[in-house]
Amino acid sequence: MASPMMNVNKENKPKPYNNAKATLALAKASFIAMIRSPSAVVFSLLFPLIFILVFGFVGGSGIKVDIGLSHESDTSNFMYQALKSVSILKIHQDQSKLDMEKDLIKGRLDAIIDLKNPGLGRPLAMKVRYTKASLSQGSVLRSIITSILFRMTKAQGDPLKDVIDIQESSVEGRAYKTIDFILPGQLGFSLLSTGVFGTAFIFLSLRKTLVIKRFFATPVKRYSIILGEAISRIVFALIGALIIILIGHFIFGFTLIKGFITVLNMMILSTLGIIVFMGFGFVVSGIAKNESSVPPLANIITLPQFLLAGTFFSISAFPKWLQYVSNVLPLTYLNDAMRRVAFEGAGLWDVSHSIFILLAWGIGVYALAVKVFKWE
Amino acid sequence: MIQVENLTKKYGDYLAVDQISFTVFESEIFGLLGPNGAGKTTTLEIIETLRTKTSGNVVIDGYSLDTDPDEIKKIIGVQLQAAGYSPNLSLTQIIELFSGLYNVDVDAHQLLDKVALRDKARARFKDLSGGQKQRFSIATTLIHQPKIVFLDEPTTGLDPQARRNLWDLIFEIRNSGTTVVLTTHYMDEAEILCDRVAFINQGKIISIDTPNNFIDGLVSKGFQRPKPIKAASLEDVFIHLTGKEWKE
Repeated sequence: MASPMMNVNKENKPKPYNNAKATLALAKASFIAMIRSPSAVVFSLLFPLIFILVFGFVGGSGIKVDIGLSHESDTSNFMYQALKSVSILKIHQDQSKLDMEKDLIKGRLDAIIDLKNPGLGRPLAMKVRYTKASLSQGSVLRSIITSILFRMTKAQGDPLKDVIDIQESSVEGRAYKTIDFILPGQLGFSLLSTGVFGTAFIFLSLRKTLVIKRFFATPVKRYSIILGEAISRIVFALIGALIIILIGHFIFGFTLIKGFITVLNMMILSTLGIIVFMGFGFVVSGIAKNESSVPPLANIITLPQFLLAGTFFSISAFPKWLQYVSNVLPLTYLNDAMRRVAFEGAGLWDVSHSIFILLAWGIGVYALAVKVFKWE
Repeated sequence: MIQVENLTKKYGDYLAVDQISFTVFESEIFGLLGPNGAGKTTTLEIIETLRTKTSGNVVIDGYSLDTDPDEIKKIIGVQLQAAGYSPNLSLTQIIELFSGLYNVDVDAHQLLDKVALRDKARARFKDLSGGQKQRFSIATTLIHQPKIVFLDEPTTGLDPQARRNLWDLIFEIRNSGTTVVLTTHYMDEAEILCDRVAFINQGKIISIDTPNNFIDGLVSKGFQRPKPIKAASLEDVFIHLTGKEWKE
């Protein structure tokens, strides 16, 4: 009888061992396992979408109005002092005229104010230029100015037109919707949690359940195991990112200023983000003693970034000392780059500063991961 | 097929494996027998390239463990005592995964037929019973037609039907030309299955011979069972009453 063992294999020619084939088999298996695990889907897709839904409808958080003050402006007058004393107004003076104009169109500045003191006895000349990109902040500023003038005329009794001459105008701009702020933040958060939690759990459980030991008994190389898991996680995260972007765009009106190119750039940023965040996951899986110590460790990495990296609130709304913390976190830079790419149509080169800092984090984290990562 | 010379494994001061030497011949079923903690699993895992040795030499089918561990991995199939498989994958998907890891193409259904698990092809590993997991684990060792199969306590925890059917499977593996090395705590099993057995105690091999020679040797020294043996055992009664087929 022909041996039953022998006809299991369809072919039996000795071939050189192909690591790529093993890696892809691992990636495929890991991907199937991932989409079947509820927690992966919930964290990387459902949660961000729920947050987008909630914040998309609830609308803006802390109000803050950014004003650019033109360079020629006089700062010795009462209006400047009054505006300066309003806490929700933030006055920017250090940008070039050109940058200010650009920011006004993009809605990064809510208005540009020009103040000229033409001399004694003549009214202060005030020009306020609003932007259609930021109508609500503009109307906040308008009512602030109105209330300043109202208080002043009440106190001094002079007719308003003798004191100040206000000229208002508005530039065209793109409306910066809440979704334009929330979605990139949620996308960044999705990548962070998929990267950290997913990677930490999978390698810990491969180790604990001895699945990895069984892998070691096959000719597969160790780097193939890591690469296979990484590939499946990147593919999973990118599919999730694409779903978030498309739902955001078609249902909530998320701005994709250059259409397909913007999506492509966002996907490239997502890839960079997930790779860096997976590094944190490797570190956690190396440090964690068992499955129950993964969540606290992973939360130490994800929660502060969730709150401080401009996921829900703009960092500029934070007090200065907290901004220093925010400006260290990698997610801050991913979020910032995402927003600029999506809303302003920035190219990857324009956000190279953010990309550079993300890369620096990546190098640091993977250096640490190599040190603490355990195979058994 | 396998030559082990003066194999030693130390954990700190503890000698888990102490100067073990033995040879396994081609196409035989070789049993490593001994109490828990004797060093059976450690010895197996060193030969399987999963653990480092402290000293000694191991040569498998002409490949040295020191210089060609990758070549060895290609010709051995390994069933671990407590191995796991991705809990969320179906049996077919796990077989596809391991086909990739071994770089072979394999018919998953045909393979599952060998261990009577074809109807579980779409079931997930975590939903299998203990015996089914054990059988599946053995099936994965056969994916790449290995020259040697290592089975670490393959029948522990199985019911009599599963155990006897597994014996048939192990014979079938051997009859197809594959060398089998196994460990077991059941001496009736070793007596029936193994062509030769080695007794290990406290990290040392005490003696190696065929089961028959061991038994004859003991009898010739005047050993007598306290109770005369009957023509059938209670397990035979069990099988007779409940049938021979896999029960799960």
